[in-house]
Amino acid sequence: MGILDCFQNTRTNTASIAKERLKIVVSHERSLRHGQLDYLPSMQQDILDVIKKYIEIDNDQLKMNIEHDDNYEVLEMNITFPDSQNLFKPIEP
Amino acid sequence: MSKVIVVTSGKGGVGKTTTSASFACGLAQHGYKTAVIDFDIGLRNLDLIMGCERRVVYDFVDVINGDAKLEQALIRDKRVPNLFILPASQTKDKDALTKDGVGKVLDRLRETYDYIVCDSPAGIEHGAFIALYYADEALIITNPEVSSVRDSDRILGILASKSYRAEEGLEPVKEMLILTRYSPDLVHKGEMLSIDDILDILSIPLLGVVPESKAVLQASNSGIPIIMNQKSNAGMAYSDLVKRFFGEDQSHRFITMKKKGFLSRFLRN
Repeated sequence: MGILDCFQNTRTNTASIAKERLKIVVSHERSLRHGQLDYLPSMQQDILDVIKKYIEIDNDQLKMNIEHDDNYEVLEMNITFPDSQNLFKPIEP
Repeated sequence: MSKVIVVTSGKGGVGKTTTSASFACGLAQHGYKTAVIDFDIGLRNLDLIMGCERRVVYDFVDVINGDAKLEQALIRDKRVPNLFILPASQTKDKDALTKDGVGKVLDRLRETYDYIVCDSPAGIEHGAFIALYYADEALIITNPEVSSVRDSDRILGILASKSYRAEEGLEPVKEMLILTRYSPDLVHKGEMLSIDDILDILSIPLLGVVPESKAVLQASNSGIPIIMNQKSNAGMAYSDLVKRFFGEDQSHRFITMKKKGFLSRFLRN
């Protein structure tokens, strides 16, 4: 550590950000390539349909991703809600 | 038995041609008869890096089309015995690289050469595809940078599914990683992906790490493959990786931060 470091802001570790981003995008592209998860798009559509029964969201507001680790896989699902105050008010049938 | 080795990356500007030139040169220095082929039709550059641009008469496409004999198109390197260069065509259409035509030329070369190094163009279009199609082994050139790592992974996917070996159900193409433009100082500061980070993502064996070096530009300026400059770190890194390719146990050099003097450490980290 040099003396001048005292006056510098702590740097953000961009390498670890890069690694995390790469891990996600590469594992996603690999899963598409291997075709192991052929059902993913249709599962995504089904889940979307269920959510739409209760909340108004657009198709691109649901994001799904599968992450592989050594011993397990994680299904990650991200739903972005619209900016609406009556979010949890049921849609009239 | 002769081997076809593709030098590929997906992304451009990461050091495919630099590596092809130095790797082929290294193989020849070990006494193996080696041909290095430029697959970048229309953007010929291997001849410049190898310093034989003024000796090009016929090219790869001429040979495929039967307009020249293979022996007429191959340029013998003046510095290293056993090293030959087959330049790309600068004018003809890249569709001239047919699977059939390229396969025939490679088969001819396999009769007399120990190693055939294929310098792939960037991208995943026809030229890059045909360069890797007949490969027995692949050198994946990657920079410690997100777009390069991602593109390398794409190429690995293509090698595993679209190559001749994949199509014929043969033993898969042997993949090896070469990390280029590596900067240990930046890695230490957390500003560059480390060797382990990249190996973790690509999960293929590491053949070598070539440090960022001004000498690489100087080598290309003068048309001398960097491996011939054994005073430069990059040149030594290439010699090391060629030795590793032949199974020698060679530890990786130039991958840790340089020791700093007292004054520079005091002034700035």
